[in-house]
Amino acid sequence: MAEAAKMQVSDEVAIQITGMNKWYGQFHVLRDINMTVQRGERIVICGPSGSGKSTLIRCINRLEEHQQGHIIVDGTELTNDLKNIDKVRSEVGMVFQHFNLFPHLTILENLTLAPIWVRKVPKREAEETAMYFLQKVKIPEQAHKYPGQLSGGQQQRVAIARSLCMKPRIMLFDEPTSALDPEMIKEVLDTMIELAKEGMTMLCVTHEMGFAQAVANRVIFMDQGQIVEQNEPKEFFNNPKSERTKLFLSQILGH
Amino acid sequence: MSETHAETVTFVRDTMLPPVLPPVGERGAVKWLRENLFSTPLNIALTVAGLGAIWWLVTASLPWWLNSVWNASSLGECRQIVAANAGEGATGACWAMIRERWHQFLFGFYPPAQWWRPVLSFGLLFAALAPVLFAGQKRNLSIILGVVAAYLLVTLYLASAPGLPFVLALVLIGGLLALAQMMPGRLLWFTLIYPALCFWLLWGGSIWSPIVAMAGFGVLYAVFRLASPLIGLAPAAGAGIVAAVLWWLYAEAPVVSALHGAFPIFLQSINSDQFGGFLLAIVIGVTGITFSLPIGILLALGRQSDMLIVKSLSVGFIEFIRGVPLITLLFTASLLLQYFLPPGTNFDIILRVIILVTFFAAAYLAEVIRGGLAALPRGQYEAADALGLDYWRAQRLIILPQALKVSIPAIVSTFIGLFKDTTLVAFVGLMDPLKGVTQIVRADIAWKGIYWEPYIFVGVIFFLICFSMSRYSMYLERKLKTDHR
Ligand SMILES: Nc1ncnc2c1ncn2[C@@H]1O[C@H](COP(=O)(O)OP(=O)(O)OP(=O)(O)O)[C@@H](O)[C@H]1O
Ligand SMILES: [Mg+2]
Repeated sequence: MAEAAKMQVSDEVAIQITGMNKWYGQFHVLRDINMTVQRGERIVICGPSGSGKSTLIRCINRLEEHQQGHIIVDGTELTNDLKNIDKVRSEVGMVFQHFNLFPHLTILENLTLAPIWVRKVPKREAEETAMYFLQKVKIPEQAHKYPGQLSGGQQQRVAIARSLCMKPRIMLFDEPTSALDPEMIKEVLDTMIELAKEGMTMLCVTHEMGFAQAVANRVIFMDQGQIVEQNEPKEFFNNPKSERTKLFLSQILGH
Repeated sequence: MSETHAETVTFVRDTMLPPVLPPVGERGAVKWLRENLFSTPLNIALTVAGLGAIWWLVTASLPWWLNSVWNASSLGECRQIVAANAGEGATGACWAMIRERWHQFLFGFYPPAQWWRPVLSFGLLFAALAPVLFAGQKRNLSIILGVVAAYLLVTLYLASAPGLPFVLALVLIGGLLALAQMMPGRLLWFTLIYPALCFWLLWGGSIWSPIVAMAGFGVLYAVFRLASPLIGLAPAAGAGIVAAVLWWLYAEAPVVSALHGAFPIFLQSINSDQFGGFLLAIVIGVTGITFSLPIGILLALGRQSDMLIVKSLSVGFIEFIRGVPLITLLFTASLLLQYFLPPGTNFDIILRVIILVTFFAAAYLAEVIRGGLAALPRGQYEAADALGLDYWRAQRLIILPQALKVSIPAIVSTFIGLFKDTTLVAFVGLMDPLKGVTQIVRADIAWKGIYWEPYIFVGVIFFLICFSMSRYSMYLERKLKTDHR
């Protein structure tokens, strides 16, 4: 795609995962994951349900713990060291399928909470930043409402703005549009496309193949806890190599 | 007109209809009566039966209330007056007993010349509670402080408080009012020093005892601040606690006597066995409520902790306390603790009772709060983690506000239960308003045989206090409602 080509990828490494394995009890959920993410890359991760996509990106900010191998985010290795975990988490933003806004706080308070308490930004400054990002996701007029008063699409855009307020260097998205009605999906995808154009490093679990073709520079296909295939989007969709990928693509694109 | 239109397919309204009231049977009181009281034969029967029961209750007890006697010096005299006014065999309430003995219901055997002290503490209690109950709401704060000022003016006068404390109390409340106008947030400082002030007012003795005891917390904080950059947060907190305990055990007594020697400011000492009535109930209830909430929160978090020792200790504590009747704990307070404590320590009975009542309520609160925590979706924890909030900040800013909010009704029920349970201290020889004081009154030859009046009087006061708590909780729920679902 023309737009995707314009976006530059630097050769600085943002995330490095080597020989990573994870188990839930006896269940081997992630198997020998190796991947390198360059700064500025937009990666879409897809695969059948239960293939470990969520688990993989949740390992990157240590919402899940891995048992073997190394995950290095922005030069910081994720170990049991709480300091490292906090450092990585403040660099990595995450957007969830179910938004997970804080229902007892206003939109503005949702956005300023982490900058004030984690980054120690003065309240005034945090509010200015928050309003800037609310402008960006096009809902500044909702600043003083509570999450329960917003539509799903608006809530998800607030959730994206909330992550951005921490000025993250990497953004993780876990099926950000799959809890939304069709007419709201576009407004959230537009926000994400904006973000991609600005050069944000993004890892996105999604089944929105249109989005993948428009902004991704790489698509990763997972099955049974393994990376089965990865390629640049054009090749991936037009010329899949593995049988599993072909089957998966025929299922999601077929109908 | 409409019929002609109805036959054709196209329809144009040419006269607009004015709005009219619903038919008589369908509005106002008639409709309400029909729907709520007389909708079915069964409902009609129940309504009639209910009205009958109310009628019977009222006719049976009305004369008793109407023939109330307020001026008499004994139950016998009361009965004579009732007989003279309403005829032989009539019944009548004898409130004269309350008129004569009200002070025992309120203060127990607290010396009359010192009544101004509990009266003052009670007024200041509301000044201390207001900043917590109505955080940052200038108008409500000013109203409450104004009411407290008026209350103090009247009651301190009635209790004939000496001039100096009278003036100081009014200056204090005036200062708080001014503070409420300028910096309402700072009022919390008064809330923090209130426990020490109240303790000193009620029990008396040297003013230096509570101040030096509070300084223990200062020691804790100072050690924590100095040590935490060197040895980390948790060890520093431990060191702080050790330092504070050492302060209380070894430094407090000599420091107090030195300061007392230099600046002897003191109030007459009052012994715990002179406390009684609602003074006792409120002291135990308020202290218990204040401390059981934070302890309950910590226990609830402890029970969810990943740390095995913290978790087992919390579970053990909660299950033990919940498995044992409060009365057993109170007996433990009055008898067993004596054995465990080093000989010679004089551990005040009220303090011991307060500690156990607090633990008892805390165990119940912990379970209530655990329910609130469990009601939160996992996504809230994950969002807090993903934003980089550490455990305590996530708890304080995200998790607890929501968990406590959904638990408000159950928390307040526990508080109300705790307050009513303070009457159980009668079983360890303390003079609670319900059993303790009533027994003393009825042991008096003049009031022997009086039955309903003291219980009604005590019951009404309990009801007023518990009902206010319940209303406040409903106000709080409404105020905190943000989910708009
Ligand atoms: N906490 C857990 N304990 C045990 N097993 C788990 C846990 N979380 C996930 N799993 C299992 O791990 C596997 C991968 O889960 P994951 O959520 O990563 O899948 P996914 O690829 O994101 O699927 P979906 O598209 O449905 O979201 C699934 O088989 C799931 O049942
Ligand atoms: Mg998933």
